[in-house]
Amino acid sequence: MSVAEFFNMGGYAFYVWGSYGVTLLVFIVEILMVNHKRKIALQQVRLMREAGEEL
Amino acid sequence: MDINWFKYSAPSTFYGLAGKLVPFFAIPAAVLFAIGMYIGFFVAPMDAVQGEAYRIIFIHVPASILSMFLYLIMAGYAALGLIFNTRLSSMMATALAPTGALFAFISLWTGALWGKPMWGAWWVWDARLTSELILLFLYFGFIALHASIDDPRRADRAAALLAIVGSVNVPIIYFSVKWWNTLHQGSTIKFTGTSMHIAMQQAMFVTLLACWMYAVAVTLVRVRSIILDRERTTQWVSELKEIA
Repeated sequence: MSVAEFFNMGGYAFYVWGSYGVTLLVFIVEILMVNHKRKIALQQVRLMREAGEEL
Repeated sequence: MDINWFKYSAPSTFYGLAGKLVPFFAIPAAVLFAIGMYIGFFVAPMDAVQGEAYRIIFIHVPASILSMFLYLIMAGYAALGLIFNTRLSSMMATALAPTGALFAFISLWTGALWGKPMWGAWWVWDARLTSELILLFLYFGFIALHASIDDPRRADRAAALLAIVGSVNVPIIYFSVKWWNTLHQGSTIKFTGTSMHIAMQQAMFVTLLACWMYAVAVTLVRVRSIILDRERTTQWVSELKEIA
């Protein structure tokens, strides 16, 4: 099987790669989102603490 | 041996444990995905009827299984939180919801891309597809309801009720292909065995395992942020070394 044949997926390239591509995208976005959420959560705690110290 | 089983039911102790556990799920997830995709695309033979299009199965089936199981686990945690008033259970339920919703979305998306070449339609209102769509909406409902109530403890209780009532939908999804005459095919893997090629089974099983590992890893990372958000004012949070 050639590389071109592999990517052609017997004519179903759009459906097969469309499935796996979007799945990969979903996973990447979710990983970025949970990491971002963690950054925000830590920042919030720091802000709270700083505000508390100023009082 | 004297083990305190309740030690990790406190958010403060679970926060540290969850952090340590993340790599033990994240790394196997990546490795298993790679192995599963290799078997699925390079070892498993072409399907006699569906040609290469069937290869969507290696993500479609695991994602669908995860979407249903994660819902039941979410509802289980929510129920624990409701009954025993344990904060961490409710936080776990909240942390599971987005991942479950994403798996339900992947299930529907890959299903549409599979349905078009095989059935000639992206979507049909058949029992299996419709009940899976309802599952996605139940996840959205849980997330939206929880987010709409300011007091987190009240939000936990209201969302838990929705999750518990909605869990009746999961067996409906599972049995839909038996109870109704659906366009969606029945189970390929049954308790009585399967006609599936061994490499196809392996690819599906390895990807399923990878999805589980992935789901646990992202849920653990998410629940840690939820713990921080909700325990923000406590002493132990302000003493964390990652804060300084």
